[in-house]
Amino acid sequence: MTTFPLDKLSLRTQVRMKVNGEPHVLLVKPWQTLLEALREELGLTGTKEGCGNGNCGCCTILMNGKTVNSCLVLAPEADGAEILTVEGLAQNGRLDPLQKAFIQYGALQCGFCTPGFLLSAKYLLQENPNPTEHQVRLAIAGNLCRCTGYDKIVRAILAVARGEVQ
Amino acid sequence: MRPFEYVAPKRLREAYAILAQADGRTVRPLAGGTDLIDQLRVGRKRADLVMDVKHIPELMRLEWGPRKGLYIGAGVPCYRVYKDPVVAQHYPAIRDGAMLVGSWQIQHRASLGGNICNAAPSADTVPPLLVYEAIAHIGGPRGEREVPLERFFTGPGQTVLAPDEILLGVRVPPPPPRSSSHYLRFIPREEMDIAVAGVASLVALDSRGVVARARIALSAVAPTPVRARDAEAVLEGQRPTPALLVEAGEKAVLATNPITDVRGSIAYRKELVKVLTRRTLSKALADLGITLE
Ligand SMILES: Cc1cc2nc3c(=O)[nH]c(=O)nc-3n(C[C@H](O)[C@H](O)[C@H](O)COP(=O)(O)OP(=O)(O)OC[C@H]3O[C@@H](n4cnc5c(N)ncnc54)[C@H](O)[C@@H]3O)c2cc1C
Ligand code: FES
Ligand code: FES
Repeated sequence: MTTFPLDKLSLRTQVRMKVNGEPHVLLVKPWQTLLEALREELGLTGTKEGCGNGNCGCCTILMNGKTVNSCLVLAPEADGAEILTVEGLAQNGRLDPLQKAFIQYGALQCGFCTPGFLLSAKYLLQENPNPTEHQVRLAIAGNLCRCTGYDKIVRAILAVARGEVQ
Repeated sequence: MRPFEYVAPKRLREAYAILAQADGRTVRPLAGGTDLIDQLRVGRKRADLVMDVKHIPELMRLEWGPRKGLYIGAGVPCYRVYKDPVVAQHYPAIRDGAMLVGSWQIQHRASLGGNICNAAPSADTVPPLLVYEAIAHIGGPRGEREVPLERFFTGPGQTVLAPDEILLGVRVPPPPPRSSSHYLRFIPREEMDIAVAGVASLVALDSRGVVARARIALSAVAPTPVRARDAEAVLEGQRPTPALLVEAGEKAVLATNPITDVRGSIAYRKELVKVLTRRTLSKALADLGITLE
């Protein structure tokens, strides 16, 4: 029978991950969420905690190319992962077209939900560069906004899809 | 969150060794974490050791053979299931159920195994598996066993799994010839809510257009997901007509034992079962070229 060195487990786990293109090695507590590790260990506070239980989408990031709620990922699960947060959207000081469109269309008020919407939209356009309005609305169903009423967010995303904002 | 340790075995026998050595510690398997992590956070469940099962190759398999049918590893996330062309072609209700779970963010993580093991009466991926008579494949240090999924649930949040057992996957037999299926749930909005009631229906027709097999399963209307056998019996051996579907809907209510809660009353849930039974049957029949509504 195989045995497993359970006594070697510890309350600090090493996690190697690439965040916004940069490699990091950090020591996390196993019960820390990836959201907490990004904010508290790496100081990447663009990713927000709204509900902490998967409903609001403020903590949305890309993990290995797919959107996830980082409040529902344990930090040690991210070992070996590639992570993209809102801080990684701008390239060489140039905002991502989605960021420009959100500004141009007034798709935010308080802005708390914005990083999550941007990453959900980034993922949508990567999967489906020409979405219909209905497809945009479905793609952001996991993101809540208390301020905008969603309409301007949808219009900003559609404008990028149509190539109107670059 | 209350402290716990984390382990991610890369082989099934390592996972079994961990379960065998638990020695009184609570080991919680972790798949997508979309139920478990919040339950640990708010203290509804406790864990001494969280065992991530997503690095065990056997639990990440999604395989199909015309004779063996479909095998869905317990850790396979919903998006892999509903994007799979084989699932869409041969098991439409299973695709429907996986597509309804949460948002895209949730679907990128949430597994069918986690949906099953969490054992919520409202689990959306379960009724579709029940109409295909899926079998739960269970393993642990004391060996492996198979249990019909219908008998896997013993109450809300309760299953037949022993503390040293994990779900390895579900085996779904090949679909019957000339069959189709559909799953619908009712929620007050289009996305992201818990089912007030859900119904999966499967119909197979013989060469004369008579129902050779009918399977109907319900969610959120009893302490566990249930089959509606009286409704199935009404359909089998008959030629489908609008009146027959209405009768099947009424009989489906006999299998329910709903509660009244914030989402809906007992009477409302029973009414939904009638309507959803009719609609899912009509859709499955329409796939087979029979339009009734
Ligand atoms: C915002 C939101 C929306 C949701 N919407 C829906 C919805 O529409 N429909 C729906 O049905 N559900 C929904 N859920 C619930 C949840 O996403 C599903 O139940 C999901 O399928 C759980 O899978 P998981 O892989 O994340 O499970 P986990 O959270 O990893 O595990 C769930 C439970 O099963 C146990 N477990 C996991 N894998 C195994 C295994 N292999 N063997 C033994 N035990 C195991 C865990 O220990 C835990 O107790 C939603 C959740 C959230 C947060
Ligand atoms: S904070 Fe993660 S979904 Fe709300
Ligand atoms: S801009 Fe305030 S929540 Fe969306």
